[in-house]
Amino acid sequence: MIINHPLLGPRDANEFVHLGDESLIDRPDGMADDAANKFHNYMYLRDNPAGKYRELWYHDAGDRSWLVVTRDTLTHEIFDVELARDVARARGRSK
Amino acid sequence: MSQLFRINGGLTDRSKPINFTFNNKQMVGYEGDTLASALLANGQRLVGRSFKYHRPRGIFSAGSEEPNALVQLRTGAHQEPNTRATVTELFDGLTATSQNHRGSLGFDFMSVTDLLSPFLSAGFYYKTFMWPKAFWEKIYEPIIRSSAGLGSLSMLEDPDKYDKGFLHCDLLIAGSGPSGLTAALAAGHAGLRVIIADEDYVLGGRLLEEDHNIDGISGQDWVLQTLAELTEMSNVRILPRTTIYGAYDHGIYGALERKTDHLADSGDKPRQVLWRIYSKRAMICGGATERSIAFANNDRPGIMLAGAVRAYATRYGVATGNKVAIFTNNDSGWQTALELVAKGVNVVAIIDPRDTAPRTHISGVAMIMGASVCNTSGRKALSRIALSNGQTLNVDCLAVSGGWSPNVHLTCHQRGRPVWNDTIAGFVPGGDLPVGQFVAGAANGDMTLGAALKSGHKTATLIAKDLGFTTNSSKVAKADDENFAIKQFWHVTGHKQRAWIDLQNDVTTKDITQSQAEGFRSVEHLKRYTTLGMATDQGKTSNVLGLAVMAEATGKTIPETGTTIFRPPYSPVAIGAFGGRERGQHFHPTRLTPSHKWAKEQGAEFVEVGNWMRAQWFPKSNDKTWRDSVDREVKKTRTSVGVCDVSTLGKIDIKGRDAAEFLNKIYSNPFAKVPVGRVRYGLMLREDGICYDDGTTARLAEDHFVMTTTTANAVLVYRNMEFARQCLFPDLDVHLISTTDQWAQFAIAGPNSRAVLSKIIDKVDMSNDGFPFMACSNITVCDGTPGRLFRISFSGELAYEVAVPVRYGDALIREIIKAGKEFDITPYGTEALGVMRIEKGHVTGAELNGQVTAFNVNMNNMISIKKDSIGSVLSRREMMIADDQIRLVGVKTVELSDSLASGAHFVAKGEKPTTKNDQGWIASVCYSPHFEQHIGLGFLERGHERHGEIIRAWDGVRGTDILVEIVSAHMYDPEGGLQRG
Amino acid sequence: MRYSALSILKQGLTGNKSWKPVWREPEPKKSYDYIIVGGGGHGLATAHYLAKIFGGKNIAVLEKGWIGSGNIGRNTTIVRSNYVLDGNQPFYEMSVKLWEGLEQDLNYNAMMSQRGILNLAHSDGQRDAYARRGNAMLMSGADAELLDRDAIQKMCPFLKFDNERFPIKAGLLQRRAGTARHDAVAWGYARSADMHGVDIIQNCEVTGFQMKNGKCIGVQTNRGPIKAKKTAVCVAGSSSRVMEKAGMRLPIESHVLQAFVSEGLKPTIPGVITYGAGHFYISQSDKGGLVFGGDLDGYNSYAQRGNLPVVEDVCAGGMSIMPMIGRARLLRMWGGVMDMSMDGSPFIDKTGIGGLYFNGGWCYGGFKATPASGYCYAHLLATDTPHENASQMRLDRFMRGNMIDEKGAGAQPNLH
Repeated sequence: MIINHPLLGPRDANEFVHLGDESLIDRPDGMADDAANKFHNYMYLRDNPAGKYRELWYHDAGDRSWLVVTRDTLTHEIFDVELARDVARARGRSK
Repeated sequence: MSQLFRINGGLTDRSKPINFTFNNKQMVGYEGDTLASALLANGQRLVGRSFKYHRPRGIFSAGSEEPNALVQLRTGAHQEPNTRATVTELFDGLTATSQNHRGSLGFDFMSVTDLLSPFLSAGFYYKTFMWPKAFWEKIYEPIIRSSAGLGSLSMLEDPDKYDKGFLHCDLLIAGSGPSGLTAALAAGHAGLRVIIADEDYVLGGRLLEEDHNIDGISGQDWVLQTLAELTEMSNVRILPRTTIYGAYDHGIYGALERKTDHLADSGDKPRQVLWRIYSKRAMICGGATERSIAFANNDRPGIMLAGAVRAYATRYGVATGNKVAIFTNNDSGWQTALELVAKGVNVVAIIDPRDTAPRTHISGVAMIMGASVCNTSGRKALSRIALSNGQTLNVDCLAVSGGWSPNVHLTCHQRGRPVWNDTIAGFVPGGDLPVGQFVAGAANGDMTLGAALKSGHKTATLIAKDLGFTTNSSKVAKADDENFAIKQFWHVTGHKQRAWIDLQNDVTTKDITQSQAEGFRSVEHLKRYTTLGMATDQGKTSNVLGLAVMAEATGKTIPETGTTIFRPPYSPVAIGAFGGRERGQHFHPTRLTPSHKWAKEQGAEFVEVGNWMRAQWFPKSNDKTWRDSVDREVKKTRTSVGVCDVSTLGKIDIKGRDAAEFLNKIYSNPFAKVPVGRVRYGLMLREDGICYDDGTTARLAEDHFVMTTTTANAVLVYRNMEFARQCLFPDLDVHLISTTDQWAQFAIAGPNSRAVLSKIIDKVDMSNDGFPFMACSNITVCDGTPGRLFRISFSGELAYEVAVPVRYGDALIREIIKAGKEFDITPYGTEALGVMRIEKGHVTGAELNGQVTAFNVNMNNMISIKKDSIGSVLSRREMMIADDQIRLVGVKTVELSDSLASGAHFVAKGEKPTTKNDQGWIASVCYSPHFEQHIGLGFLERGHERHGEIIRAWDGVRGTDILVEIVSAHMYDPEGGLQRG
Repeated sequence: MRYSALSILKQGLTGNKSWKPVWREPEPKKSYDYIIVGGGGHGLATAHYLAKIFGGKNIAVLEKGWIGSGNIGRNTTIVRSNYVLDGNQPFYEMSVKLWEGLEQDLNYNAMMSQRGILNLAHSDGQRDAYARRGNAMLMSGADAELLDRDAIQKMCPFLKFDNERFPIKAGLLQRRAGTARHDAVAWGYARSADMHGVDIIQNCEVTGFQMKNGKCIGVQTNRGPIKAKKTAVCVAGSSSRVMEKAGMRLPIESHVLQAFVSEGLKPTIPGVITYGAGHFYISQSDKGGLVFGGDLDGYNSYAQRGNLPVVEDVCAGGMSIMPMIGRARLLRMWGGVMDMSMDGSPFIDKTGIGGLYFNGGWCYGGFKATPASGYCYAHLLATDTPHENASQMRLDRFMRGNMIDEKGAGAQPNLH
């Protein structure tokens, strides 16, 4: 596979390490009352779609950025690649 | 044997004879021959035995689809089983032997299976060999295994080298027949970067094997002219002997180039190169493969594909028989007849099940219409055929054409499904091709020459335009479209004989009908039950035929019955080629510590720690065993001073205004208020609450920390921290960089460590007040070399770690040894390091194995509940903090003379060693020179409240069962006075 | 029809003309007591044990394609019970014992071949971890032997012992482990289940669940609705997709695992061998092909195919530990979709929905589990209590913190 890195251009997927679902960005608040339940769902339950999937990859043999890749799990077609940091900010993880 | 079957013409070089042997028989061929064409020229009919019935078999095809002519090539460590004679380029001194027979090729004892064939029908082995139970492994299976398989490996290390490479192009063209060549011309002229690859060693595809006219010149001259033109283009790369074996995601194709397989000796050159080709577009111009017709005893040597008979005559100048008959259901068989006659080959008859002949007359050839071949005879070579009209003909070669199947393989590699085309009676690529892939020529169902030339040109022009190139009006080569009509005639019925479909795996029409009767009717069931198409040729000549016979048996159409798809590779690829150079020493990179050269000079024994090589111990001349060395190193360190290279520990520099806040989230114990100039031990959890890593982190400045991680987790901890930084806390002002490779770091431990270091370090107050336990500082050593000093202890002694930029590491270890000489300083390796940490009760990867919690290692109180750090919430789940969980303990043997081994399990005295009675295990052990006995660290249910208890360490796999005393894990200096002193 | 050497003889003498279909092709009934969704190895085994051992009646297996088309149709056929954790090992040892009597139980030769599995160790730490594991195996009633270099050399002289990078230091051998003919396992279970009255319905895709008052009362299929007292999902590889129709999210991700087979060769490899310093394991089929594989591709996929980096990585591992395979040719590569669970261990459990049961999350170890999985699932279906050997394989174990994490890799499916 080839991942089109937003800063570096197309790179072989072999340079990257795959982590999993984009939702891993949405870490719950550990001090909240129902944290145990929320963390269970956050850590263990997955949509695991057959189709479009937003997932985290890490450019291990590259610039060490975390990326959110939108890819089809049935065809492996990649639609979009974003810096995870930008995605995280957009999902409200700024201070 | 002389070349009795050689005829005039062809592309072999008669001025260059080549000597080779087959089954130790000396033979001669010519340059340009394949092993198969040379064998045929020499009249060698019988070349192998079939898989199951050990039937005599001859050469069947003239390409990589060959099911029969598999030989063992070369000898010794170069021995290469299952090599297709039909694609093996002849070289001087080639040796080949036939395979899969006991006794000689001519007299194979295993051919008794042929007589037993009624009892060996499809799936017979699923129905028997069940009783008595013990006989399977001992008797039945060894017999089956030794008679199965084909060729053998030498069992010696493959002596050849394999290389890998990467290529990039706008357009990859797989196949160099008429469509591939016109595509390359069009794309090349338009300026695309083009790669054209062909598995053959001569480019041209079927144009080499058939006589045609293109643009008024012969097809073969047109090929030469076109290749000359392509060679002139700097943007076109031509790869002969290169098989595109697979289509992968995003336009990546796998290719295998055979560099030296056609030479007697590869010399120093790689045998093969595995290319990974990154293409913007790809064109599959792979042509089509001919298939047979199933009739009784259609497997004898001398029965061949008609196109192959034509290829041997036209390309190689070999007549495949003295009396040839042709059995065809389509017009291509008639062209074969014409071409053979023109070359002087004696064609006695053409038999066609159709009623009307496509031609009125071929000189000297009997045209037998509306008939079929219904049986053959000749055990080791064909001698006679019987026809449905009652006629018999004496022939030594029967050329069969059952039609042509487009080579859709590469279109299926991403699970695309081909669709049935009734006109050409074959599967053509469906609409679900891999992204960026196109198909042209016969592979796409354009079965005639004129159409193939046109489609290659047209597709390449479209691609060029699509990629933004301007296509000039390069003219498309023109040729006539020969007749291509076919009757869907698959097999000859009305007999009780076996009629072969899959020649290599011995699948006959009877197996197909039995499979149908037993309910194995889906294509996949058929394939799996009968083994149809599962042989080394992957059913290239048999799949469609099998499917058609199944369709007939079930009364369905072929498309209703199903399709067969193909998986990579297109043709088999040596495992060595996939492995490339990453074998032996180069399997993984080797990492050396900064003191490696020095340690080697000291005669150190090294050990692999991940990719690192670390000094394990430093033997001295009086040491009799490795234990002597380790004991000495430990004792010296504990009584005076020792030094150890700890540069392999992960080191991460953390900088920024929010560095402390960030660390406070990463570590489970508090880090926000670590003072500048102090080190703190940190416990790191995974988000699932399991212990992940531990280490010390030093605060060198308000906004600057240096973290150490374990050697094993250095990369992973860094990755996780980057995840936290970029994804969880994207606006904290913090930056991370791994500096593991930038710093050389040495631990100097023992009561005299302060005295040694004082001689090296510039201007630091080394007193206990001036530089207390857990202090850290930027320093200089040896008059001005920048460095870092940490007062931390893994051994439990007064100890320091000193770090300098890695280029000074070798110099520093030599300075330390020099400075320590008066204290008889000892270097120590990983073994002594391990002994001292076990004595002290420090955990490492042996304990923190990814399964244990902070609770298990008695560090639960390190998880702050006042803050939200990684893993804290999930570390508090009920089962993870339940009273009956395992806890870290120390163990000592009850008998001083007993030795311990890691991996022993704890079992109570008098209990049986069962899963139910399993109370835990021993994770690390050593001989402790301090306690003068074996000690260890382990995990025991409720271990924290069982100190003093005697329990068994049961080690069934090593056959020992001894008593141990449970003690606190902190065995050596539990109060920690030494390290603070 | 009972299978034996005699039946083959009789049929052979009469032209093999009266072999009967191995299973019926019934039309689905309107309702069943039990519907097993998924005609793979586990589903068919469940049907067999449910009907034969637990006296279940009125059972249907619904398969969307052809039976055995899931991972039982594409795997590397290894059978073993060499686990370390008590949530796993007794279960897998039960499975090996069932394998040992499978042919006789089914009257079908699935070619279970106990030629052993040898795990090679390349460091002291790895050897000690194998010792811990070997002892756990012995404690469960399984067999295990810790071998030194000499013993390994006798067994496998072709290995590269002084591999310049990671020399062989020891090995863990389980002699009772081995391989079986994967397709035949599916067919044998199907045949036996069919003989015990189970309706095996191919080309019947479950498109939804029929729910009433929060309970599952049957399924919707492409061949119409079918009622069931108990609906048992058993569709590893597609678990998330199917359970989503019941509104459930699972602790499972789908990943692709590739496997490889070489051209047929005369006997080369004695049993199963795994390389402890690289991603490589290998065995040889009865037909002569070297069957080998390695690690997951590493990214979520439902595509049943993988990519080149893993192919090359696996072969490099093979060339490092046994460089004599270099001139053998790789014939076919394929990818299977794995239910990768969050701790690497499976589930056999009731769901929160009445009448709906779940079996899945087998990661890449489902084949060896087939008999025990079928047995324990049938036990659960028949008695509504988990079998003691599968008592930890629960869906709520992550909530309670009782992970069964053999590798210690944590909640990251692609690392298991």
